[in-house]
Amino acid sequence: MTTTVSTTAALALGDDALVLSHRLGEWAGHAPVLEEEVALANIALDLLGQARVLLSLVGDEDELAYLREERAFRNVQLVEQPNGDFAHTILRQLYFSTYQHLLYAELAAGDGPFAPLAAKAVKEVAYHRDHAEQWTVRLGDGTDESHERAQRACEALWRFTGEMFRPVEGLDVDGAALEAAWLESVEGMLRRATLTVPEGPRSGAWRAGAGRQGLHTEPFGRMLAEMQHLHRSHPGASW
Amino acid sequence: MTNTDWPLWEVFVRSRRGLSHTHAGSLHAPDAELALRNARDLYTRRGEGVSIWVVPSSSITASSPDEKDPFFEPSADKPYRHPTFYEIPEGVKHL
Repeated sequence: MTTTVSTTAALALGDDALVLSHRLGEWAGHAPVLEEEVALANIALDLLGQARVLLSLVGDEDELAYLREERAFRNVQLVEQPNGDFAHTILRQLYFSTYQHLLYAELAAGDGPFAPLAAKAVKEVAYHRDHAEQWTVRLGDGTDESHERAQRACEALWRFTGEMFRPVEGLDVDGAALEAAWLESVEGMLRRATLTVPEGPRSGAWRAGAGRQGLHTEPFGRMLAEMQHLHRSHPGASW
Repeated sequence: MTNTDWPLWEVFVRSRRGLSHTHAGSLHAPDAELALRNARDLYTRRGEGVSIWVVPSSSITASSPDEKDPFFEPSADKPYRHPTFYEIPEGVKHL
Protein backbone atom coordinates (compact mmCIF):
# COMPACT_ATOMS: atom_id res chain seq x y z
CA MET A 1 0.00 0.00 0.00
CA THR A 2 2.97 2.29 0.47
CA THR A 3 4.31 1.94 -3.04
CA THR A 4 3.93 5.09 -5.11
CA VAL A 5 1.68 4.96 -8.10
CA SER A 6 3.45 4.66 -11.43
CA THR A 7 2.13 7.29 -13.85
CA THR A 8 2.73 4.97 -16.78
CA ALA A 9 0.68 2.18 -15.21
CA ALA A 10 -2.16 4.44 -14.03
CA LEU A 11 -2.45 6.01 -17.49
CA ALA A 12 -2.37 2.61 -19.18
CA LEU A 13 -5.19 1.17 -17.06
CA GLY A 14 -7.10 4.45 -16.88
CA ASP A 15 -6.97 5.09 -20.61
CA ASP A 16 -8.07 1.53 -21.39
CA ALA A 17 -11.15 2.07 -19.23
CA LEU A 18 -11.86 5.60 -20.48
CA VAL A 19 -11.58 4.80 -24.19
CA LEU A 20 -13.62 1.60 -24.01
CA SER A 21 -16.22 3.42 -21.95
CA HIS A 22 -16.57 6.05 -24.67
CA ARG A 23 -16.82 3.43 -27.40
CA LEU A 24 -19.58 1.60 -25.51
CA GLY A 25 -21.32 4.91 -24.88
CA GLU A 26 -21.57 5.37 -28.64
CA TRP A 27 -24.18 2.60 -28.65
CA ALA A 28 -26.62 4.81 -26.74
CA GLY A 29 -29.54 5.38 -29.06
CA HIS A 30 -28.24 2.80 -31.55
CA ALA A 31 -28.25 -0.57 -29.78
CA PRO A 32 -30.24 -3.39 -31.41
CA VAL A 33 -32.69 -3.54 -28.49
CA LEU A 34 -33.45 -1.32 -25.54
CA GLU A 35 -32.43 -3.92 -22.97
CA GLU A 36 -29.00 -4.31 -24.56
CA GLU A 37 -28.55 -0.57 -24.77
CA VAL A 38 -28.98 -0.32 -21.01
CA ALA A 39 -26.59 -3.24 -20.49
CA LEU A 40 -23.87 -1.62 -22.62
CA ALA A 41 -24.39 1.76 -20.96
CA ASN A 42 -24.08 0.09 -17.53
CA ILE A 43 -20.78 -1.44 -18.53
CA ALA A 44 -19.62 1.91 -19.93
CA LEU A 45 -20.45 3.62 -16.64
CA ASP A 46 -18.54 1.01 -14.63
CA LEU A 47 -15.52 1.63 -16.83
CA LEU A 48 -15.87 5.39 -16.58
CA GLY A 49 -15.87 5.11 -12.80
CA GLN A 50 -12.66 3.09 -12.93
CA ALA A 51 -11.08 5.59 -15.32
CA ARG A 52 -11.91 8.49 -13.01
CA VAL A 53 -10.24 6.83 -10.04
CA LEU A 54 -7.17 5.80 -12.04
CA LEU A 55 -6.62 9.15 -13.77
CA SER A 56 -7.20 11.06 -10.54
CA LEU A 57 -4.31 9.13 -9.00
CA VAL A 58 -1.86 10.89 -11.28
CA GLY A 59 -3.43 14.24 -12.17
CA ASP A 60 -6.61 16.17 -12.86
CA GLU A 61 -9.07 13.75 -14.45
CA ASP A 62 -10.66 16.32 -16.76
CA GLU A 63 -7.34 17.66 -17.98
CA LEU A 64 -6.12 14.14 -18.66
CA ALA A 65 -9.27 13.05 -20.44
CA TYR A 66 -10.04 16.16 -22.44
CA LEU A 67 -6.82 18.04 -23.02
CA ARG A 68 -4.29 15.39 -23.96
CA GLU A 69 -3.34 14.87 -27.58
CA GLU A 70 -3.74 11.50 -29.27
CA ARG A 71 -0.08 10.57 -28.83
CA ALA A 72 -0.31 11.05 -25.06
CA PHE A 73 -2.97 8.35 -24.61
CA ARG A 74 -1.64 5.00 -23.40
CA ASN A 75 -4.59 2.66 -24.02
CA VAL A 76 -4.13 -0.57 -25.96
CA GLN A 77 -5.28 -0.38 -29.56
CA LEU A 78 -7.93 -3.06 -28.96
CA VAL A 79 -10.21 -0.76 -26.95
CA GLU A 80 -10.16 2.06 -29.50
CA GLN A 81 -11.37 -0.16 -32.35
CA PRO A 82 -14.73 1.05 -33.69
CA ASN A 83 -17.90 -0.66 -32.49
CA GLY A 84 -18.63 -2.17 -35.90
CA ASP A 85 -21.64 -4.48 -35.80
CA PHE A 86 -22.91 -5.96 -32.52
CA ALA A 87 -20.69 -9.03 -32.93
CA HIS A 88 -17.63 -6.78 -33.19
CA THR A 89 -18.56 -5.02 -29.98
CA ILE A 90 -19.18 -8.31 -28.18
CA LEU A 91 -15.92 -9.90 -29.30
CA ARG A 92 -14.01 -6.77 -28.30
CA GLN A 93 -15.75 -7.05 -24.92
CA LEU A 94 -14.84 -10.73 -24.64
CA TYR A 95 -11.17 -10.15 -25.41
CA PHE A 96 -10.85 -7.11 -23.17
CA SER A 97 -13.00 -8.02 -20.19
CA THR A 98 -11.39 -11.46 -19.89
CA TYR A 99 -8.00 -9.72 -19.71
CA GLN A 100 -9.23 -7.03 -17.34
CA HIS A 101 -10.90 -9.56 -15.04
CA LEU A 102 -7.74 -11.68 -14.76
CA LEU A 103 -5.61 -8.56 -14.31
CA TYR A 104 -7.77 -6.99 -11.59
CA ALA A 105 -8.07 -10.31 -9.75
CA GLU A 106 -4.29 -10.48 -9.61
CA LEU A 107 -3.91 -6.83 -8.59
CA ALA A 108 -6.61 -7.17 -5.93
CA ALA A 109 -4.78 -10.13 -4.39
CA GLY A 110 -1.54 -8.15 -4.10
CA ASP A 111 -0.74 -5.13 -1.97
CA GLY A 112 0.33 -2.68 -4.67
CA PRO A 113 -1.11 0.81 -5.18
CA PHE A 114 -3.92 -0.49 -7.42
CA ALA A 115 -5.17 -3.15 -4.98
CA PRO A 116 -8.05 -1.09 -3.48
CA LEU A 117 -9.40 -0.08 -6.90
CA ALA A 118 -8.96 -3.59 -8.28
CA ALA A 119 -10.79 -5.14 -5.33
CA LYS A 120 -13.86 -3.04 -6.10
CA ALA A 121 -13.60 -3.20 -9.89
CA VAL A 122 -13.06 -6.93 -10.12
CA LYS A 123 -16.74 -7.54 -9.30
CA GLU A 124 -17.88 -5.12 -11.99
CA VAL A 125 -15.56 -6.64 -14.53
CA ALA A 126 -16.68 -10.18 -13.66
CA TYR A 127 -20.12 -9.13 -14.85
CA HIS A 128 -18.74 -7.55 -18.04
CA ARG A 129 -16.99 -10.81 -18.80
CA ASP A 130 -20.11 -12.84 -18.13
CA HIS A 131 -22.14 -10.55 -20.40
CA ALA A 132 -19.61 -10.94 -23.23
CA GLU A 133 -19.39 -14.71 -22.78
CA GLN A 134 -23.17 -15.14 -22.79
CA TRP A 135 -23.45 -13.19 -26.03
CA THR A 136 -20.44 -14.82 -27.69
CA VAL A 137 -22.10 -18.22 -27.30
CA ARG A 138 -25.44 -16.95 -28.57
CA LEU A 139 -23.96 -15.19 -31.61
CA GLY A 140 -21.48 -17.94 -32.48
CA ASP A 141 -23.95 -20.77 -31.96
CA GLY A 142 -26.95 -18.80 -33.24
CA THR A 143 -28.03 -18.31 -36.84
CA ASP A 144 -25.81 -18.69 -39.90
CA GLU A 145 -25.54 -14.94 -40.18
CA SER A 146 -24.72 -14.31 -36.52
CA HIS A 147 -22.11 -17.09 -36.67
CA GLU A 148 -20.50 -15.59 -39.75
CA ARG A 149 -20.42 -12.09 -38.26
CA ALA A 150 -19.03 -13.34 -34.95
CA GLN A 151 -16.32 -15.30 -36.77
CA ARG A 152 -15.38 -12.22 -38.80
CA ALA A 153 -15.18 -10.06 -35.65
CA CYS A 154 -13.21 -12.68 -33.80
CA GLU A 155 -10.58 -12.71 -36.58
CA ALA A 156 -10.49 -8.95 -37.19
CA LEU A 157 -9.69 -8.18 -33.56
CA TRP A 158 -7.36 -11.10 -32.91
CA ARG A 159 -4.15 -9.31 -33.88
CA PHE A 160 -4.80 -6.59 -31.30
CA THR A 161 -4.93 -9.02 -28.38
CA GLY A 162 -1.19 -9.63 -27.91
CA GLU A 163 -0.56 -6.05 -26.82
CA MET A 164 -2.47 -6.45 -23.54
CA PHE A 165 0.17 -8.76 -22.11
CA ARG A 166 3.27 -6.72 -22.85
CA PRO A 167 4.96 -5.43 -19.69
CA VAL A 168 3.90 -2.02 -18.34
CA GLU A 169 6.32 -0.12 -16.14
CA GLY A 170 5.06 -0.03 -12.57
CA LEU A 171 2.45 -2.74 -13.08
CA ASP A 172 3.51 -5.72 -11.04
CA VAL A 173 1.89 -8.63 -12.83
CA ASP A 174 3.08 -11.79 -14.51
CA GLY A 175 2.24 -11.05 -18.16
CA ALA A 176 3.08 -14.54 -19.39
CA ALA A 177 0.85 -16.24 -16.82
CA LEU A 178 -1.92 -13.75 -17.53
CA GLU A 179 -1.67 -14.47 -21.24
CA ALA A 180 -1.75 -18.22 -20.74
CA ALA A 181 -4.89 -17.94 -18.58
CA TRP A 182 -6.47 -15.57 -21.12
CA LEU A 183 -5.77 -17.89 -24.05
CA GLU A 184 -7.20 -20.87 -22.21
CA SER A 185 -10.37 -18.99 -21.30
CA VAL A 186 -10.96 -17.22 -24.62
CA GLU A 187 -10.15 -20.25 -26.77
CA GLY A 188 -12.50 -22.33 -24.62
CA MET A 189 -15.27 -19.76 -25.07
CA LEU A 190 -14.78 -19.56 -28.83
CA ARG A 191 -14.97 -23.32 -29.12
CA ARG A 192 -18.09 -23.41 -26.96
CA ALA A 193 -19.56 -20.84 -29.33
CA THR A 194 -18.67 -23.12 -32.28
CA LEU A 195 -16.29 -20.45 -33.56
CA THR A 196 -12.86 -21.21 -35.01
CA VAL A 197 -9.95 -19.89 -32.99
CA PRO A 198 -8.13 -17.51 -35.38
CA GLU A 199 -4.75 -18.66 -36.62
CA GLY A 200 -3.44 -15.18 -37.29
CA PRO A 201 -0.57 -13.82 -35.25
CA ARG A 202 -1.08 -12.19 -31.87
CA SER A 203 2.60 -11.54 -31.45
CA GLY A 204 5.77 -11.34 -33.52
CA ALA A 205 6.35 -9.24 -36.62
CA TRP A 206 2.71 -9.02 -37.63
CA ARG A 207 1.18 -8.20 -34.31
CA ALA A 208 -0.63 -4.92 -34.05
CA GLY A 209 -0.54 -2.69 -31.04
CA ALA A 210 1.71 0.09 -29.90
CA GLY A 211 -1.01 1.99 -28.08
CA ARG A 212 0.95 1.79 -24.84
CA GLN A 213 3.65 3.79 -26.63
CA GLY A 214 1.15 6.38 -27.83
CA LEU A 215 0.76 5.10 -31.38
CA HIS A 216 -2.89 4.68 -32.24
CA THR A 217 -4.98 3.46 -35.14
CA GLU A 218 -6.71 5.84 -37.51
CA PRO A 219 -10.25 5.69 -36.02
CA PHE A 220 -8.96 6.81 -32.61
CA GLY A 221 -8.36 10.41 -33.72
CA ARG A 222 -11.99 10.84 -34.72
CA MET A 223 -13.23 9.28 -31.52
CA LEU A 224 -11.03 11.60 -29.50
CA ALA A 225 -12.26 14.66 -31.43
CA GLU A 226 -15.84 13.78 -30.55
CA MET A 227 -14.97 13.02 -26.92
CA GLN A 228 -12.99 16.20 -26.38
CA HIS A 229 -14.65 18.86 -28.52
CA LEU A 230 -17.21 20.05 -25.98
CA HIS A 231 -14.67 20.57 -23.23
CA ARG A 232 -12.25 22.26 -25.62
CA SER A 233 -14.93 24.55 -27.10
CA HIS A 234 -16.27 25.57 -23.68
CA PRO A 235 -13.37 25.37 -21.23
CA GLY A 236 -14.51 25.20 -17.64
CA ALA A 237 -18.17 24.72 -18.54
CA SER A 238 -20.26 22.95 -15.90
CA TRP A 239 -23.86 21.79 -15.48
CA MET B 1 -35.74 -3.38 -34.12
CA THR B 2 -35.94 -7.14 -33.85
CA ASN B 3 -37.16 -7.37 -30.29
CA THR B 4 -40.64 -8.23 -31.47
CA ASP B 5 -39.13 -11.70 -32.03
CA TRP B 6 -38.02 -11.92 -28.45
CA PRO B 7 -40.45 -13.19 -25.82
CA LEU B 8 -41.61 -11.03 -22.97
CA TRP B 9 -40.53 -11.82 -19.39
CA GLU B 10 -41.97 -10.66 -16.08
CA VAL B 11 -39.42 -9.63 -13.49
CA PHE B 12 -39.75 -10.14 -9.74
CA VAL B 13 -37.21 -8.61 -7.38
CA ARG B 14 -36.69 -9.33 -3.70
CA SER B 15 -35.44 -6.15 -2.14
CA ARG B 16 -33.99 -7.69 0.97
CA ARG B 17 -33.88 -10.90 2.92
CA GLY B 18 -37.11 -11.74 4.66
CA LEU B 19 -39.36 -10.01 2.16
CA SER B 20 -41.05 -11.72 -0.77
CA HIS B 21 -40.33 -11.12 -4.43
CA THR B 22 -42.32 -8.23 -5.85
CA HIS B 23 -43.24 -7.63 -9.46
CA ALA B 24 -40.88 -4.97 -10.81
CA GLY B 25 -41.79 -4.83 -14.50
CA SER B 26 -41.24 -6.68 -17.74
CA LEU B 27 -38.64 -6.87 -20.48
CA HIS B 28 -37.72 -8.63 -23.72
CA ALA B 29 -34.96 -11.22 -23.89
CA PRO B 30 -34.12 -14.18 -26.15
CA ASP B 31 -33.89 -16.66 -23.26
CA ALA B 32 -34.09 -16.99 -19.48
CA GLU B 33 -30.37 -16.51 -18.80
CA LEU B 34 -30.27 -13.22 -20.67
CA ALA B 35 -33.61 -12.16 -19.21
CA LEU B 36 -32.02 -12.51 -15.77
CA ARG B 37 -29.09 -10.34 -16.82
CA ASN B 38 -31.30 -7.74 -18.46
CA ALA B 39 -33.39 -7.64 -15.30
CA ARG B 40 -30.26 -7.04 -13.27
CA ASP B 41 -29.36 -4.10 -15.51
CA LEU B 42 -32.84 -2.62 -15.70
CA TYR B 43 -34.26 -3.13 -12.22
CA THR B 44 -31.39 -3.42 -9.72
CA ARG B 45 -29.11 -0.58 -10.79
CA ARG B 46 -29.59 1.34 -7.57
CA GLY B 47 -29.15 -1.50 -5.12
CA GLU B 48 -32.80 -2.52 -5.12
CA GLY B 49 -32.36 -6.24 -4.93
CA VAL B 50 -30.78 -9.35 -3.47
CA SER B 51 -32.61 -11.85 -5.68
CA ILE B 52 -34.37 -11.83 -9.06
CA TRP B 53 -36.91 -14.15 -10.65
CA VAL B 54 -37.84 -14.02 -14.32
CA VAL B 55 -40.96 -15.74 -15.63
CA PRO B 56 -42.13 -15.96 -19.24
CA SER B 57 -45.13 -13.66 -19.48
CA SER B 58 -46.92 -16.37 -21.46
CA SER B 59 -46.80 -18.63 -18.37
CA ILE B 60 -48.91 -16.27 -16.34
CA THR B 61 -52.64 -16.88 -16.16
CA ALA B 62 -54.38 -13.67 -15.21
CA SER B 63 -57.91 -13.00 -14.04
CA SER B 64 -59.97 -11.19 -16.61
CA PRO B 65 -61.40 -7.70 -16.01
CA ASP B 66 -64.81 -9.17 -17.03
CA GLU B 67 -64.67 -11.50 -14.04
CA LYS B 68 -63.95 -8.68 -11.65
CA ASP B 69 -67.36 -8.65 -9.99
CA PRO B 70 -67.87 -12.36 -9.40
CA PHE B 71 -64.23 -12.65 -8.30
CA PHE B 72 -63.88 -9.75 -5.92
CA GLU B 73 -67.22 -8.12 -5.15
CA PRO B 74 -68.53 -10.76 -2.68
CA SER B 75 -65.69 -10.11 -0.24
CA ALA B 76 -66.57 -6.45 0.15
CA ASP B 77 -69.27 -6.90 2.86
CA LYS B 78 -67.51 -9.49 5.04
CA PRO B 79 -65.54 -7.46 7.55
CA TYR B 80 -65.10 -10.51 9.82
CA ARG B 81 -62.52 -11.78 7.34
CA HIS B 82 -60.21 -8.92 8.19
CA PRO B 83 -58.04 -9.33 11.25
CA THR B 84 -59.11 -5.97 12.60
CA PHE B 85 -60.30 -7.39 15.92
CA TYR B 86 -56.82 -8.27 17.09
CA GLU B 87 -54.21 -6.01 18.59
CA ILE B 88 -50.85 -6.25 16.90
CA PRO B 89 -48.13 -7.03 19.40
CA GLU B 90 -45.42 -4.43 19.56
CA GLY B 91 -42.26 -5.04 17.61
CA VAL B 92 -43.78 -7.26 14.91
CA LYS B 93 -42.50 -6.32 11.48
CA HIS B 94 -43.69 -6.99 7.94
CA LEU B 95 -47.39 -7.27 8.81
